Amino acid sequence: MRELAYYEAKFEALRELLEVDERVHLIGGTFLSLSPRKAVFQEIAKRYPDRVISPPISELGFCGLATGAAMAGLRPIVDLSTGSFIFEAWPQVVNEAANAFYMSGGQTRAPVVFHLFHGIRGGGAAQHSHSPQAMLWNCPGLEIVLPSSPRDVKGLLKTAVRSDNPTIFVDHVQLLEIRGPVPEKDEVIPFGVADVKRLGSDVTVKVVDPRTLVPLDFAMILASVEKTQRAIIVDETHQSCGVAAEIAARIAEEGFDRLKVPLRRVATLDVPVPYSPPLEEFISPSESRITDAIRATLR
Amino acid sequence: MLPNLPRASLLDFCRRMLLIRHFEEALVDLYNKGHFRGHYHLYIGQEATGVAALSCLRADDYLFSTHRNHGHLLARGAEPKRLLAEILGRADGYNKGKGGTFHTAVASLGFLHTSGVVAGIIPLAIGTAYASKALKNGRVTACLFGDGALEEGAAPEAFNLASLWKLPVLFLCENNGKYGAGQAVGAAQSSSMAAHPLTDLPQAYKIPSQQVDGVDAGAVHQVILDAIKKIRQGEGPQFIETQTVRWPGSETNWPTVPVPTDVALAWDVNSVPEKVREWYRSSDPLLIFVRELVEAEQVTREEIAALERKAKEVIAEAVSFALASPYPKPEEALKDLSA
Repeated sequence: MRELAYYEAKFEALRELLEVDERVHLIGGTFLSLSPRKAVFQEIAKRYPDRVISPPISELGFCGLATGAAMAGLRPIVDLSTGSFIFEAWPQVVNEAANAFYMSGGQTRAPVVFHLFHGIRGGGAAQHSHSPQAMLWNCPGLEIVLPSSPRDVKGLLKTAVRSDNPTIFVDHVQLLEIRGPVPEKDEVIPFGVADVKRLGSDVTVKVVDPRTLVPLDFAMILASVEKTQRAIIVDETHQSCGVAAEIAARIAEEGFDRLKVPLRRVATLDVPVPYSPPLEEFISPSESRITDAIRATLR
Repeated sequence: MLPNLPRASLLDFCRRMLLIRHFEEALVDLYNKGHFRGHYHLYIGQEATGVAALSCLRADDYLFSTHRNHGHLLARGAEPKRLLAEILGRADGYNKGKGGTFHTAVASLGFLHTSGVVAGIIPLAIGTAYASKALKNGRVTACLFGDGALEEGAAPEAFNLASLWKLPVLFLCENNGKYGAGQAVGAAQSSSMAAHPLTDLPQAYKIPSQQVDGVDAGAVHQVILDAIKKIRQGEGPQFIETQTVRWPGSETNWPTVPVPTDVALAWDVNSVPEKVREWYRSSDPLLIFVRELVEAEQVTREEIAALERKAKEVIAEAVSFALASPYPKPEEALKDLSA
């Protein structure tokens, strides 16, 4: 299988989506954050000037606009760029888009995609490093996607745009340059299907990537706990009431008797994200904190 | 003044205004008898605005409303019985009891989403307008909100976007505090806005804006007709502020009906408690419309009384229907989470 960089796979998906469906509009940033790979965006912006739109700095306004446009038949993707900026649009995302289908009694669909780069990007400090997916998981009505490989970003973006529900597409700038196999054919990766990113046996580590938080493939997580009798949940949201906390609670409720040792969370420590490199490293779910947790679990 | 329309249309306006008035008064009674709970807001005093304005729209246009939506829905032709069932949280309600008074949506009439956040719909409305423009389907979006909505940041952000991109949207701001609640006449708007007049705000974004007397069905009809025409011609958004005097029944925390409406009040308000008499004499859009109809010899007092009896019958049937409608099954709460 051919290899692509993550950003290439992501733009291949965007290009194919714009090509086959006139209802797809991209409203917002470059889909690349501050990456230097701007040419790939500019090519698309030039090719679809009526559907790749650069709005004023009005997150509340254009997230609502995209939601309304979705209600009226378009398939908009909003690029909020930095994940923290979704707070500026919070009322439209969590109080209008997330509630629309339910509170209309199933009359009104809002198939909009909110795309954002979450997390610790290096030097982002407190106001540009949030991982808002745990807060969003607390708002029923939203689907939440969290790709981690070139193959996944392409297949999941396709599904996000085709979904009839408002979807939060949680991306990470640190992934943009990683390379991996991506099939040439149009592959759609369904929501709610986790992926084993690394098989484990004996003293190796099995890695389960849920790929989507809503819906969550909890069956695969539980099966893995059954197999290894151990669970470490690694995630970049803050620890308290975070993504890891929710998954830990579900394992405790349904898989407590399968655990040989207590489960552990490796999440961002409960402080605002600091600027200075050693401080940022210290609070992150870093490699060293992950290996420490693994050793403690095997002791 | 009366709208410049044939008699049949004028009678239809009258019928809709009567329906709204008696629906809302019946609602207060149902609340007082404990048939539903939660806060609610009525459209009494704004009937001429809603009925006249919405008559200018096409069947396939989009509309967005707020917490004060009952009148808009009825003006557009929603079934009183299903609207009432929704407000009472019953299974036959338009939203299966999941929306209630704040969120009644009737997608088949173009009301896709009704928000209880005062400015929540303004960005959404420019969104349907954006889609209509992209899809070139000629649809206009009417965004109906109150003066308080201008106090939230969503409003100016949406005005800027709508103006920049020339979106086909009508911003209809129903200012129901012409003289300001509890304040001296002319001293203040009901909203707490430094911008005065309110049209200064959209005008700063180069949106053509004007004020009109919301009690005057003819004036509202003319202004909205003109605005919609310009929007449909591709001129971009228009902003209209309609001004009405707040119905005294909503001066209290919970709506109260100072006097049950009877069209005979159009000619004699002496039976109205003195404290609220002036509103019924000079600011009630329904009574003014009725009086004008009779004065213009479009209809007799007897015919108007018959129209009112008919409206009351429809509302009585709606009340029976809604009260007989079952509550949804508890498991219904878990449905419609995702499409």
